[in-house]
Amino acid sequence: MGGSHAHDEHDEAPAGPKVLAVSKVSPKVRTIAVVRPTADEANYLAAAKTGLGITLKHFLKNILGKRRPADKLARGEEVQGRFYNDIETIQYPEEKTHYPERFRGLHRLMQREDGNVRCVACMCCPTVCPAHCITIVPEEAGDASVEKRPAVFEIDELRCVVCGLCVEACPCDAIRMDSGVHAEPVENRGDAIMTKNLLLDLSKKVGKDPSSIATQGGEGPDWREKR
Amino acid sequence: MSTVYAILDNPATKWALLILGLVMPLASLLTWAERRQSAMMQDRLGPNRANIGPIKLKGILHFVADAIKMISKEDFIPGNVHRGLFALAPILAIAPVFIAFSIIPFGPTVFPHSFGHSLDTFALAADPSAPAFADSIRLQVLQVDYGLLFYFAVLTLANYGGTIAGWASYNKWALLGGLRSSSQMMSYEVSMGLSLMGCFLLVGSLEPGYIVSAGVTTKMTASNPLNWLWLWQFPALVLFFTAAVAETKRAPFDIPEGEPEIIGYFVEYSGMRWGLFFLAEFIEIVFISAVIASVFFGGWQVPFLDADGFRFGGHLADINGQWVATGGWHMPLPHGVVIALQLAAFGLKVVLLCWFQLLVRWTLPRFRADQLMNLGWKVLLPCALGWIMLTALFQLLAMQAGWL
Repeated sequence: MGGSHAHDEHDEAPAGPKVLAVSKVSPKVRTIAVVRPTADEANYLAAAKTGLGITLKHFLKNILGKRRPADKLARGEEVQGRFYNDIETIQYPEEKTHYPERFRGLHRLMQREDGNVRCVACMCCPTVCPAHCITIVPEEAGDASVEKRPAVFEIDELRCVVCGLCVEACPCDAIRMDSGVHAEPVENRGDAIMTKNLLLDLSKKVGKDPSSIATQGGEGPDWREKR
Repeated sequence: MSTVYAILDNPATKWALLILGLVMPLASLLTWAERRQSAMMQDRLGPNRANIGPIKLKGILHFVADAIKMISKEDFIPGNVHRGLFALAPILAIAPVFIAFSIIPFGPTVFPHSFGHSLDTFALAADPSAPAFADSIRLQVLQVDYGLLFYFAVLTLANYGGTIAGWASYNKWALLGGLRSSSQMMSYEVSMGLSLMGCFLLVGSLEPGYIVSAGVTTKMTASNPLNWLWLWQFPALVLFFTAAVAETKRAPFDIPEGEPEIIGYFVEYSGMRWGLFFLAEFIEIVFISAVIASVFFGGWQVPFLDADGFRFGGHLADINGQWVATGGWHMPLPHGVVIALQLAAFGLKVVLLCWFQLLVRWTLPRFRADQLMNLGWKVLLPCALGWIMLTALFQLLAMQAGWL
């Protein structure tokens, strides 16, 4: 924003006190000039006047000026023009700051063509999770090609550190972290635990395709027959 | 009809109108204005959310929300406090300020029978008891010769509020705050009174109504801005403003509150009891603005607007010992319009001075306790005394030379 603070005093050599005389007996004993504040610096009224001028300038500019466009403000872009004010506030629920492109958001669970969860309860993600926020209870799938499925699949969003290791670990593209939405505010800690159905429904909620293009096991559900 | 005028002329009516019509709305709005203005000075937006349905008004309604919150909060009284004094202290803090408002001239004398036409100032000076000028209403509650001395005396009582609050709270920090408050009030009361002494010398009266309606010299009309005291007594204005801001106990003089070290004399208060201290502070801001406007900036005078209309380049003529503006380029205005303009001018001056006090409060860093005492006793007091002597010398020479 301001470019006026360019003149830092780092490049100047640290000036010691000016030595007026050195004792002949011991060179450590010296007479030095004491630097007192100049009349200008010590004058409270002058300093107060300067300060009032600065705040008055900001006040008038912010009162009279036009607010910078919220989307540019959110991205931290410079807005050129004399008539814009300096207000930095982004009014949160209506305006949001620009998110980085790699922002992930909540987990979502992917679905098969028949709408069932793709997860085969292999326990890779709870194993790799550094925050131990994933709980999976496996059960028999009743389908020889799948073998297992999660009876319970819960993620505690309060414990999740959004590292994305679960997505990397998943062998069947069942879990993704690309919903781009925050965890909703809750009043009880238990409400922050997202269950299987919530995770499955999140795709629809954020308007993303819940089906994965990856084929199960790499070659489709009938991979055994194909062999 | 004259009964109505008699009721309007009653001091109680005028006082109620002043308090309910100007002081309380302004003080309440200041609670919002302070936060909003500080935000604007610091590149923020400030409170702009409070609304009744779609009515938002840039957040002005925050003061309503604050009031509802403070009134409906639990009235908590800690153990071991002196219950009687604890309850009395907020009232002692706020009541004197209301009382002190009675000396403020918030408008000129109104002659109800001349509302429709321009006021005949010559006839008024020649015979004030004529039927055309009956039922006059002076827009000042208490017109007494000791004028501003009343203000000094009464506002000092407000100090008891803080000190008693600190004493009654059974809390060491509160007690420290109360003691700091009384020491600060005592120190600055001295310079405050003395800084106005030059004005009293120059005008020859302690009565703010007279200061407003007379001005410094009779060479110019009283509505001429050059005839107001800000020009003649500029150092006194600076001194008085400094001492008066110190009296409101706000930054840069917020030693009694002292948020970084002690919380101040109202640390044990909550809800509307605390709100009363808070409100008293804002009413004091309004009051000090009103005093400065009246003494230094011509009070209800509009520049170049005399009682009978706008006049440029006029002079004063002596009619029966009364100074009446005459001559010059004159644009007559109905008496009602003149009164309305003058009331608006007083309101505007008060609002601008309140704004300036907020600007000061949000700009300057606070003093240390010892710096505060040094400033009060070693800077303001000698300056005020020196200025009295200079003014007296000036006046002596000016009177001998026949300038005043």
